[in-house]
Amino acid sequence: MSEMLISTNVVTAGSALSVPRRRKRSLAHSKWPVLILFLPPALLLFTVLVILPMGEAGWYSFYNWNGYGSPTQWIGLRNYQLIFRNGAFTQALINNGLIVVVSVCVQIPLALWLASMVASRIKGALFFRLIFFLPYVLADVAAGMIWRFVYDGDFGLVAGISHFLGVEAPFWLADRDMAMYAILGVVVWKYFGFHMMLFIAGLQSIDKSVLEAADIDGATGFQKFRLVTLPLLGSTVRLSVFFGVVGSLQLFDMIMPLTGGGPSNSTQTMVTFLYNFGVTRMQIGFGSAVGVVLFVLCVTLAFSYKRVFMRHD
Amino acid sequence: MSINITKTVSVSTAALALMGGFMTAGTAAADSVIRWMHVEQVPSTIALWTQIAKEFEAKHPGVKIELQFLENQAFKAKLPTLLQSKDAPAMYYTWGGGVLQAQSVTGALRPIDATLDADGAVWRKSINPSAVEGLSFDGKVWAAPSKSGLVSFYYNKELFQKAGIDASKIGTWDDFLATVKTLKQAGITPIAGGGRDKWPLHFYWSYLAMREAGQKGFADAKAGQNDGFAAPAFAKAGEDLAALGKLEPFQNGYLGATWNDALAAFGDGRAAMILSFENTPATQATNSTTRKGLADDNIGRFPFPVVKGGPGVITDSFGGLNGWAVTKNAPPETEEFLRYMGSLDVQKQLAKETQIMPVTKGASEAISRPLLKEVAEALAKETWHQNFLDQDLGPNVGAIVNDVSTEIVSGGEKPADAAQQIEDAYSLERK
Repeated sequence: MSEMLISTNVVTAGSALSVPRRRKRSLAHSKWPVLILFLPPALLLFTVLVILPMGEAGWYSFYNWNGYGSPTQWIGLRNYQLIFRNGAFTQALINNGLIVVVSVCVQIPLALWLASMVASRIKGALFFRLIFFLPYVLADVAAGMIWRFVYDGDFGLVAGISHFLGVEAPFWLADRDMAMYAILGVVVWKYFGFHMMLFIAGLQSIDKSVLEAADIDGATGFQKFRLVTLPLLGSTVRLSVFFGVVGSLQLFDMIMPLTGGGPSNSTQTMVTFLYNFGVTRMQIGFGSAVGVVLFVLCVTLAFSYKRVFMRHD
Repeated sequence: MSINITKTVSVSTAALALMGGFMTAGTAAADSVIRWMHVEQVPSTIALWTQIAKEFEAKHPGVKIELQFLENQAFKAKLPTLLQSKDAPAMYYTWGGGVLQAQSVTGALRPIDATLDADGAVWRKSINPSAVEGLSFDGKVWAAPSKSGLVSFYYNKELFQKAGIDASKIGTWDDFLATVKTLKQAGITPIAGGGRDKWPLHFYWSYLAMREAGQKGFADAKAGQNDGFAAPAFAKAGEDLAALGKLEPFQNGYLGATWNDALAAFGDGRAAMILSFENTPATQATNSTTRKGLADDNIGRFPFPVVKGGPGVITDSFGGLNGWAVTKNAPPETEEFLRYMGSLDVQKQLAKETQIMPVTKGASEAISRPLLKEVAEALAKETWHQNFLDQDLGPNVGAIVNDVSTEIVSGGEKPADAAQQIEDAYSLERK
């Protein structure tokens, strides 16, 4: 029976090879009904929910419009000029850059280090994985509110520690020079667990025999990590950095409860800037222009990153 | 077969038409639904409103009133889209000012003049003129006034006594600055401030601008005369504020503190003063760590001081003015209901039970709490009522006023630059 099956398969494969043209035509022929049946819903959804709003934002960005009635006051590129002249936007760009740098240089190495410790089947590994992953499970807003209490200089954890040490409690979130670093701390705390999980999955898919071979060759622990594990984890690291960068550009809902972008706009990101200067001020045209800038930046970054670093993944 | 189809179609059409007819008839006769959108969170207030609505329904058969709640921030974000849709409420809460004006020019609203002036303008005559004026643009009244408010200084009597300060002697801004210094010397935090929300600090700049520029100067600035908001009086207001900021009068970390944090600092007795709304005696208690706050007899009030040489007088007051705006397609009974809400008896009841500052003449008699009574008396004597600038100048310029007030007081921006920034933004709003 099985022999027969195999032979039939071989025959089919052979005939397919021998008549590629006919096969192609019939395939092309049979594609259309499927396309017609399955494409419209997805295309419609994508158009209505993605393409149209994007186009609308692009259109609104040329108007001075407060959201009431329809936009009538065409002002050309003025909104874009205003964005790049706005000190708070420059600060937001710098902050977004800072978040990217911290997530690539601090968060990902930390996640990798912890992952290499809890990926193996040692006692308690599962427990620690869960603990490290917990912050990521929390909603961003909830995490922001928790840390607002932690950082509070009157009643928070920081206040408690300061009183215990007998020093005056600092108010980091109220300090122009410190607030952004306080936020970066929360960002690392919140997302390292996610990257750690990615790395654990990556580490577990590495063939044990390669590491054993390295052991036999007399490689040290660090050599094994640098020369075997890291290269084999390459695609996971690249993916992790990609998520880190895109996530950093979109950072919003954790900042709002923490500082709302203040004090003195020192903790704005591009999205909080869009919300604070576009939505709450009813400057829909201006806000749309910020949205367009953000979109262009994200798309450029995402595509060029995929092009350059993730070509082979 | 074809006959059958035609028959079926005609029968169903007739049925549909009948149903439609019944439905329309039903709507016309029984249900005029007034959808009332608000942002009120206090359960007792909502209960009283519901009761008032029920009373109105009983007197007007066929009218139904539905209360709809939206959270403040969500309400503000949703309103532009809502007003342009078929789901627009019949009436909704408004803070007046530039936002209401922006809404009025879109054609989404219906002015209430006709009902105000009906029957010999009884309704119009019953309301304080400043309230009606405050909600009027282009010669029409765009919302029915519902309550008024007054921002003034509240102080902790005990702490003032400890520092040896007599609040009744604070008449000018210099006196006030001296008070701050005395409090600091006594080791007391002088003022509770909510710098994270920014608008609590805009009270200072606004009041100082009112004192330095006066009512006429303010009107001129809005009209763009004499350099508008870049006029020297507004830069001077900023300098006065910067002088206060230099004394570091606020609690530690005030730039990260919300309004509720500030109320808590005052209610806990951690700061001696707060520049705040008329409802402070109640809100300082609910926000304090003990939930009890300061006792009423430990709280004193004084009006925002005047500046030497400035045209502004002590009775020029700054505070909220709220109303109910009526949308274009609202049922005709909406105005009638608002008139009922504004009637003396209902306003008295509201003033007594929800502690608002009523806008109907004579209704403030119902206020019994001394601290509130004092405000009502001050409002009765006011010479000018300026609405909050973050409402009055529209959301964009208003937000800039909030920004620069916070920056000036924390030493981040020069007063003259701040005034220029406001003028630059407001110049785009003048048509």
